[in-house]
Amino acid sequence: MHAAVIVFPGSNCDRDLAVALEKAGAKVSMVWHKDTDLPSGVDLIGIPGGFSFGDYLRCGAIAANSPICRSVVKHAEAGGYVMGICNGFQVLTETGLLPGALRRNANLKYICKPVKLRVEACDSIYHAGYEAGQEITIPIAHHDGNYYVDDAKLAQLKDEGRIAFSYIDNPNGSVADIAGVVSKNRRVLGMMPHPERMAETAHGGTDGKPMFDGLMREMALV
Amino acid sequence: MKAKVYVMLKQGVLDPQGEAVRHALGALGFDGVEGVRQGKVIELDLAEGTTEATVKEMCEKLLANTVIESYRIEI
Repeated sequence: MHAAVIVFPGSNCDRDLAVALEKAGAKVSMVWHKDTDLPSGVDLIGIPGGFSFGDYLRCGAIAANSPICRSVVKHAEAGGYVMGICNGFQVLTETGLLPGALRRNANLKYICKPVKLRVEACDSIYHAGYEAGQEITIPIAHHDGNYYVDDAKLAQLKDEGRIAFSYIDNPNGSVADIAGVVSKNRRVLGMMPHPERMAETAHGGTDGKPMFDGLMREMALV
Repeated sequence: MKAKVYVMLKQGVLDPQGEAVRHALGALGFDGVEGVRQGKVIELDLAEGTTEATVKEMCEKLLANTVIESYRIEI
């Protein structure tokens, strides 16, 4: 499996995500935001956490309009896999690949701590390493993770089983405790918590590891 | 020519920053502040002849996130 991790000025989880994917067995290419084309044969694109372009204007807004993101959108529209974590989730909502938007945290604070998540019943490769309903502990580190969708869209996400992960104890004010969502075809994932920061024992926990191991197993079958 | 774009969170979208400002004003003794909404103003220096339609396109593509924000253009 060949993964590409996009690097923007201000990305700071790009190496972590690359290491997590590599340890699961993927070949990883780092791709600079000014590149216009993805390496050929890429199966999965990772959009990492961080503060792309200093969060200027809105988190993820400028990254979403960078040259490489046009290729990311094309990749997704052609049925390709994309996972966006934290700032990567913000970028994916700004491109329109995922619904909703991430607002300032309800308590206005930057929150950096492990949180408990519920793995929702969601049939995606990102869920293959987990059981539906399982509780996992994954860290969050964000100022703008307060997920918003309007009532109609929320009902649609529920109907279509597109809520990927929920907070057990909502830290940021997100609508319906949503921590992550997937696209309609379940190939694009966006989530605020950082599974790549909980992927080996030195991280203090390994609840993020099954995501990478599971998606590797599934991608081998595709 | 100059244009100003005012970007605000849509009505119905909670504005936690505006709420914090409202509380702070109350704490300073300003009674009767019933609501505060905080937005941003973007000033554009534009080549003569740039149309409002072009500025609208800028808003739709980048300056505002129309999922949660509304905008108003002044030329």
